[in-house]
Amino acid sequence: MNWISNYVRPKINSLFSRREVPENLWVKCPACGTMLFHRELEDALNVCTSCGHHMAISPRDRFRALFDGGVFLELPVPVPVADPLGFRDQKKYPDRLREARKKTGEDGAMLVAEGEIGRLKTICIGQDFAFMAGSMGMQVGNAIIAGVERAVQERCPVVLFAAAGGARMQEGILSLMQMPRSTVAVQMLKEAGLPYVVVLTDPTTGGVTASYAMLGDVQIAEPGALICFAGPRVIEQTIRETLPDGFQRAEYLLDHGMLDRVVARKEMREELARLLRLLTNSTPPVFGDLPAPEAIPALPR
Amino acid sequence: MTYLDFEKGLAEIEGKAEELRALARANSEMDVDQEALALDAKAAALLVELYKNLNPWRKCQVARHPDRPHCKDYVEGLFTEWTPLAGDRNFADDQAIMGGLARFDDRPVVVIGHEKGNDTKSRIERNFGMARPEGYRKAIRLMDLADRFNLPVITLVDTPGAYPGKGAEERGQAEAIARSTEKCLAIGVPLVSVVIGEGGSGGAVAFATADRLAMLEHSIYSVISPEGCASILWKDAEKMREAAEALKLTAQDLFALGICDRIIFEPVGGAQRDKDETISRVGEAIRGMLGEVDQMDRESRRAARRRKYLDMGSKSLVA
Ligand SMILES: [Zn+2]
Repeated sequence: MNWISNYVRPKINSLFSRREVPENLWVKCPACGTMLFHRELEDALNVCTSCGHHMAISPRDRFRALFDGGVFLELPVPVPVADPLGFRDQKKYPDRLREARKKTGEDGAMLVAEGEIGRLKTICIGQDFAFMAGSMGMQVGNAIIAGVERAVQERCPVVLFAAAGGARMQEGILSLMQMPRSTVAVQMLKEAGLPYVVVLTDPTTGGVTASYAMLGDVQIAEPGALICFAGPRVIEQTIRETLPDGFQRAEYLLDHGMLDRVVARKEMREELARLLRLLTNSTPPVFGDLPAPEAIPALPR
Repeated sequence: MTYLDFEKGLAEIEGKAEELRALARANSEMDVDQEALALDAKAAALLVELYKNLNPWRKCQVARHPDRPHCKDYVEGLFTEWTPLAGDRNFADDQAIMGGLARFDDRPVVVIGHEKGNDTKSRIERNFGMARPEGYRKAIRLMDLADRFNLPVITLVDTPGAYPGKGAEERGQAEAIARSTEKCLAIGVPLVSVVIGEGGSGGAVAFATADRLAMLEHSIYSVISPEGCASILWKDAEKMREAAEALKLTAQDLFALGICDRIIFEPVGGAQRDKDETISRVGEAIRGMLGEVDQMDRESRRAARRRKYLDMGSKSLVA
């Protein structure tokens, strides 16, 4: 496959988060203003324990809560050309990338993992809003393709967690081309007869919504998530009207027929375990805190 | 003739020549031929000079030039038996998207394109070429029709972007674009596309995902408008020149990146200066591109189209 320019060594995820103890031990909920202790917030998967507001969560933290025993294998994502346009705005693109890598500890905005959810082998692809607003650069496309190829090889479903401010402007047209590229990947999965479940999280916008994030067999969203093509500010500027409350939020989209379900983060594991087993015509799931699978999933070749 | 800001000098010379000729028409005693011809020559030389090396921002301006041939002009100039087909069978007919059956060199084809309109009334009707979900859903329907009856699809891309409106969002703008792109990648018949003006973001991808993509010499295809990019990254929409430069959105850059497969040269001074010649060159390009993919069978054509997109991103503009 000649699109693979470089392999990253596969790594087994440790049970420990890469995150250091945050500078602020207390986090203020942006929705209700309650001060939340960081450890309590982490235990609640970054959902406010007072009002239920869903804050951003890193794919790594999400996957630890999702896979059986918190164990998963991180799959390699081919490394794209670093700065194909030589892009420079007020900063150079390579500098922005370096900052994002330092801040998140991740190589790119998309993380691909293999593990078991309710004892069903699943590939999860998660977008990291903390990495340059999760924007859709070539690494994002490469990650989706890598995840899908692995799923086709293993004949298992794919769950994709979307979160993005939109395109990676610094990659110009190559960012835009991730729309058709990722769509080809989704088609490969569908033609192999494997389920593709999309979970839209806050926010999912622009070219991401207008490609792989809207092509799921089942479309789920987290409560309150902003999901749109054009952002509310752009629309208000265009139509010169104030938009109704809750416009473009998950519940609004559900009402308008654009989603199948709105599911809280703490229910997501059981939701996916049930859904994936239904879609793959498997026996009902065993719920509860399952230990890690006996064997760490086999390393990809 | 509408002049762009960088054509001011040209406008003055052409205006003077026109004035002289008007004077001569009013007063038969006057002989201005020599002078007028000299001005014509000066204007022609300046035009060549101006268009020899258009910078990216100027290309954006030319790509958006109101006098450029639009989808409707190409439909009239290149096809016979034009039979527009309307509606998405669900909500409405989107006038921003032209779609229908026609003959190209006597061969039945499906044509889909963005139409911006050419005066105030038609621009409003066409919503300035900004489609709503119904437009993409009409396109999906027509691509399905083409696939069923084995007709090639020709798409003409010219849009500032998909319409950012309340209703458009409520009716699933993102989903409609995603499905249209998906359909482009699913059909087995030939699909060739030409960016004739502005290829604005996702609204363009929905049709421009093709076996072969050509771009007019001064057309653009971009992830975001230079103004939008400038206001986000420079926090100043007036920095659109810098943004246009940085985004690498010209036909020449896209050719170098392997995104566009051929460049169609425009007449001196841009497509707006000689519509007929531009239209016939676009016809040539469509003929050429169809010829390249006609002989393949459905499966290999579709596989090659998908492979083309999977492989994108290996080329860089930086050494
Ligand atoms: Zn709260």
